[in-house]
Amino acid sequence: MPEQHGSRLASGPGRILVFVYGVFAVAATGRSAVQLGLHADRAPLAYSLSLVAAVVYLAATTCLLLGSDRAWRIAVLACSIELLGVLVVGTLSYVVTDWFPDKTVWSHFGQGYGYFPLVLPFVGLWWLRRNTPERGTPRR
Amino acid sequence: MNVWLVAAVLALAGVVMVVLVVLLVRDETAGDPTFGLLAALELALLVQAVVGVVALSSTSREVSGVLFLSYLLGALCALPIGAFWSLAERTRAGTGVLLVATFTVVALELRLDSIWGGSGA
Repeated sequence: MPEQHGSRLASGPGRILVFVYGVFAVAATGRSAVQLGLHADRAPLAYSLSLVAAVVYLAATTCLLLGSDRAWRIAVLACSIELLGVLVVGTLSYVVTDWFPDKTVWSHFGQGYGYFPLVLPFVGLWWLRRNTPERGTPRR
Repeated sequence: MNVWLVAAVLALAGVVMVVLVVLLVRDETAGDPTFGLLAALELALLVQAVVGVVALSSTSREVSGVLFLSYLLGALCALPIGAFWSLAERTRAGTGVLLVATFTVVALELRLDSIWGGSGA
C-alpha cells in the first residue's frame, strides 16, 4: 500500500466508509436532538436509542479518522455495539411494538434509512478486520 | 415547496450520479466537467434553500419548521463536504465519495418533500 497522509483506515475504500459514517453521525445526532428537544415524552425509549446510535456513529467516524491502534480497537467496539444495536432494536421494534410509538435510526432494522444501518456495521467490521494493526509495529 | 424545483434537483442529481458511475466503471477521476455539474446541483440546492425558507415563512400549513430547515441546511452541506473529502484522494474511492454525497442529497431531498407534505420526525 502506498504511503498516504492521514489515517490508513480513512483512505481507499475507508474514505467512502468514513463519509457514510459521517453522514449517519450527523443524521442520528440531528434526529435525536430534534426528537428529544421537541417532544421527548412521546417516545422516550425510541428517542434515547436515537441518541445512543448518534454516539456510536460519532465514535466510529472519529476513530476511523484517527486511525491509531487504540482508535482501531474503539472502532471495533463501536461497530460491534452498532451491529448488536441494530439487530436488537430492529427485532424489538417488530416484537414489542408498544415500546416504539415513534421510529429511531435502528428500528425495523433501519428501514427508514434504506436498511443502510443494517449493512453498515458489517462493512465496518470487515474493513477493520482487513486493516488489523500489525503486531510489533510501533504505536502511533 | 415548488414541485419543479424538487424535480430539477432530483433530475440534476440523477445526471451527476450517472456520470459518476461511468467514471467509477472506467476508473477515471472526476475532472472539471463533473465538478461543473456538481456546482450546478449545488446552485439548484442553494436556490431551493432560499425558496424553501421563503415558502416556510409564508405557508399556513402544518410543517415542522426546525426539521424542514435542518434538512435544507443538510442538503446544502453534503456536496461541499463530499467534494472536499474526495479531493484529498483522487482515486476511485474519491469518486465513490462524490457518488455517496450525491446520493445523500437525493435522500435528503425526498425526506424534505415528505416533511413539507406534513410528516414529522
